[in-house]
Amino acid sequence: MNVTKRLLLGSALAAVAAPAFADGHLVAGCPVEGRVAILSNDFPALAAVSARAQECAPEATINATTEHKDIQVPALTAEPAEYTVAVVANSSLVPLLTADLVRPLDDLIAEHGANIDPGQMIKIDGQTMAIAFMANAQHLYMRSDLLEQAGITEMPTTWEGVIEAGQALRDQGIMENPLAMNSAAGWNLAEEFVNMYLGYGGSFFADGSAEPAIANETGVQALETLKQIAELSGPDYLTYDSNATQALWSAGEVAIAQMWGSRAANVLEESGEEIAAATVLAGAPTVGGGSSPASTLWWDGFTIAANISDEDAEASFIAMVNGVQPAVLEGNEDKAVWLIPGYEPTPVAVGVSETATGGTAPYPMLPYMGAMHNALGAELVDFLQGSEDAMTALQDAEAAYRAAATELGFLQ
Amino acid sequence: MKHGAFLRFIAPSLAAMVLFIALPIVSVLIQSMHAEHEQVLKVVENCVPFAGCTETTSIDQEAMRELREERPLGRFVGGDIYAGRNHLAFDSVGAAWAASDGIGDFLSRLMNLRFYKALAFTLTYTFVVTPFCIVIGLCVALALNTLPKLLKGPTIFLSILPMMITPLIGGLVLYWMLDSRGILGSALIYLTGDPGLSLKASPVLTWVMLIVYGVWSSIPFAFVVYYAGLQTVPEDTLESAVIDGASRWERIRYVIIPHLAPLTTFIALIQLMDNFRVLEPIVSFSAEANAISLSYAILNDLRGTETALFGSAAATSMLTIIGVAVLLSPVIWRTWRDFTSRNAH
Amino acid sequence: MASKASARSPLATAVLWGFLAIWILAAAFPFVWTLWGSFKVELDFFSLRGWQNALTGRFTEAQTGSPFTGQAYEAAWLREEFWRNALNTLIVTGSVVVISLTFGTLGGYALARSGYRYAFWILIVALIFRAMPHITLVSGYLLPFFQWGIWGSIPTTVIVLVAINQPFTLWMLHSFFLNIPKDLDESAMVDGCTRFEAFRRVIVPVMWPGVITTGLFSFLLAYNDFAVTALLLREENLTMVPKIASFLGSTQVDGEIMLAVSSVVSATVPLFLLVMVFQRQIVSGLTAGAVKG
Repeated sequence: MNVTKRLLLGSALAAVAAPAFADGHLVAGCPVEGRVAILSNDFPALAAVSARAQECAPEATINATTEHKDIQVPALTAEPAEYTVAVVANSSLVPLLTADLVRPLDDLIAEHGANIDPGQMIKIDGQTMAIAFMANAQHLYMRSDLLEQAGITEMPTTWEGVIEAGQALRDQGIMENPLAMNSAAGWNLAEEFVNMYLGYGGSFFADGSAEPAIANETGVQALETLKQIAELSGPDYLTYDSNATQALWSAGEVAIAQMWGSRAANVLEESGEEIAAATVLAGAPTVGGGSSPASTLWWDGFTIAANISDEDAEASFIAMVNGVQPAVLEGNEDKAVWLIPGYEPTPVAVGVSETATGGTAPYPMLPYMGAMHNALGAELVDFLQGSEDAMTALQDAEAAYRAAATELGFLQ
Repeated sequence: MKHGAFLRFIAPSLAAMVLFIALPIVSVLIQSMHAEHEQVLKVVENCVPFAGCTETTSIDQEAMRELREERPLGRFVGGDIYAGRNHLAFDSVGAAWAASDGIGDFLSRLMNLRFYKALAFTLTYTFVVTPFCIVIGLCVALALNTLPKLLKGPTIFLSILPMMITPLIGGLVLYWMLDSRGILGSALIYLTGDPGLSLKASPVLTWVMLIVYGVWSSIPFAFVVYYAGLQTVPEDTLESAVIDGASRWERIRYVIIPHLAPLTTFIALIQLMDNFRVLEPIVSFSAEANAISLSYAILNDLRGTETALFGSAAATSMLTIIGVAVLLSPVIWRTWRDFTSRNAH
Repeated sequence: MASKASARSPLATAVLWGFLAIWILAAAFPFVWTLWGSFKVELDFFSLRGWQNALTGRFTEAQTGSPFTGQAYEAAWLREEFWRNALNTLIVTGSVVVISLTFGTLGGYALARSGYRYAFWILIVALIFRAMPHITLVSGYLLPFFQWGIWGSIPTTVIVLVAINQPFTLWMLHSFFLNIPKDLDESAMVDGCTRFEAFRRVIVPVMWPGVITTGLFSFLLAYNDFAVTALLLREENLTMVPKIASFLGSTQVDGEIMLAVSSVVSATVPLFLLVMVFQRQIVSGLTAGAVKG
């Protein structure tokens, strides 16, 4: 689907227009009495939710900070917790669960959560621990004009197809480094490996335990595919973080890229008209004949702290339910891919929607996944730089993971 | 100075340091010798949007609660974290030694271990940046001191710009400029005539880039201290040197440099320490693939993912302190000599 | 300093000034480039299609109709209310400098005048304290601060910054005090002053060059700090640097890089003023009579 200039202008205007809400939108129970203090990341979609929550809880304090995940555990450990609400993503919920700092929401949902869709409930062991309200995933951005120029009429839907298209673009002299992904060493590279490895159908741990299980044929295949993509990327690919790939895309230096859906609106806005008009968003590609896209789904949602009084918890829950009412969509449709009932995907949300409906697995919510991610980010570079073979790099990652998981008490 | 008076003068300073540095260091030391309790896992069913429900493992909080209350620090593991693969890695080093066929091979195997990789860069950075910054800083101070009064102010301002801009952001701006399509990157390509030149792609060039940035950003520190010191060079000594027929170089060599010696010790001390803790340029320059430092390893343990490795970060921090102490031992020795000679009654 | 002793031959002066010119260029060029680029749009600032765009402002002209735009400044200062962060920075840095220097001059003076061994050991231990990476320290503060309910406030951050800065301040001032002859305060004490009176009447008037230089470094530490302020301040108390860092976005969240660029430039303006004041103090030769030893 082509995103035209008109749509872009529309979305830019919508972003400027301040959402004006009437009091009529408040849910039952508002305004609440009791302490409401919200800790969240700092971006516009979350600000919209917090602002709506504040309408129901005028005294609420909001701390929107990019450092939220570094302060959430100590902040919620204190008695009473500094914040009554923590807005989390699937990875940042894990440390809160590990330390037992958030409360089950089932009773509160039964009482005040009539408007919450069952699909929004994050259930762990039968208990709802978080309410999700937006989704995100990495997916493909493609330049239809360049692909046409290279004689590719059908947009690739597999990584093999993407690599072939990239090779064609290079061979025909259209673009020297046509591919890009967030392959910066560290967290980003590990995330790409996680995507690719899950795309190949791999699993990270032996069933039901924290024993690593990545040094295998599937792992090698995933790494080899990453290397093929890297060879068609710029020489600096190990420094490509989201800001770098976005800048490359906006400058027209890349023909096919795998980037975060949450950045789609901005990517198109920053690019010049021609590039934006030729940009096609599509779900993440599959790989190795797999059935589900090689990507992971991410969601953002809210949790209620455990170390607070039940009254404060109730007040906070009602306020947040007000925050994620469909009314929040008004004027904010393009700020996120919302999981709120009544949301119609906008053109910039197509990539995430396709990735989600394609059956992509959510990013693993295992308590030891963070340690694995960290180990992968540090150890896989050696393979991509050619100083180690794929199997050795994977074994190194397993060894680094083992040391960390032992320290965390998951392995002996 | 009498003990009582000394204590009254130093009390506020000492209290602040004990409370916010000494006690935390003790707690970090304790933390570095503890690991989390063995986690009791259970298989549960998780349900999330789009994907539906799947079986997965989770921590059995009921079982853990008692364990945590009993011993909130976790389990004592002594030096295990220090000896583990992500730190000193004795086992892996031993295995590398046994398997290697020469010192070169051994070193390259050693570089595969995070701690040693970080140590190698950290030491190189420290020992290259420190002397360069001292020498160039002194030269800038000497040169600036000869300027007419009117020009001094603006020149001082321009000279300390590299130090004034937040390292995190200053590094990022330079990083953008050094991109192969940025202005500095383009200039380098023009100068070397190599169109494929990219400072970010090769390990060697990344090290050079980081070190040049390090020198650039720490020259102003040396410069300011030297410049302040130059204002105190006794004019009459200089004049008598001129009367004795000393050339300018001789005056610098025999009057100014000895006068500035204590300041040099001070600059070396602070620079060795700061450079040993190098962190910001690696973050700003996205250099992790080619260069990591001990501080970067700590950052990665604490913030790399949501699962913070506090014990591991604590162990690396303690090793950093030990490293700094070793590094500074000559300077400390010198200070001790000065101290005893000054106070020899 | 235009005395006979520093008279130089024209050739040597040319070499010296040439060296200085190269250094000034290296030191200032990145900043000048940023200043220039802050009036462009992102595509021109990065100029991935050719660095000349950053000079000509090709995309800036296409998007805004003029080769220069103040959009980034407007967005940062008005929409994002960057002035709040500027105000917080002013409060935090001002307090840190004053408290650090007060503690530091007292302590540094005591260390310089004490002949006992423990003075030496305090200096060494302070140095070792300084080796502790800040990120580790800050992670340790979080839980107790939350527990005591003092997290997020400006005074907490100020005290932490003062403490972290103490070892450096002590060392620096201690070496400056060593240069002030002992006879000065000791003769005052012979005249019947107490130690503190001697310090106040004799030492304080002559200590300013050292204090100003040390103060500059304390100022820069507090002004540029990221590790402490980003984690210890609530959103409404946030200082400039963590705010600028948050403009850069994160992996999944869009950054507004031009806002970061314009804020960096804005954040440098007060520094410019500060240095203009500071250099006059040093250059005016306030030191000349006092610290001749």
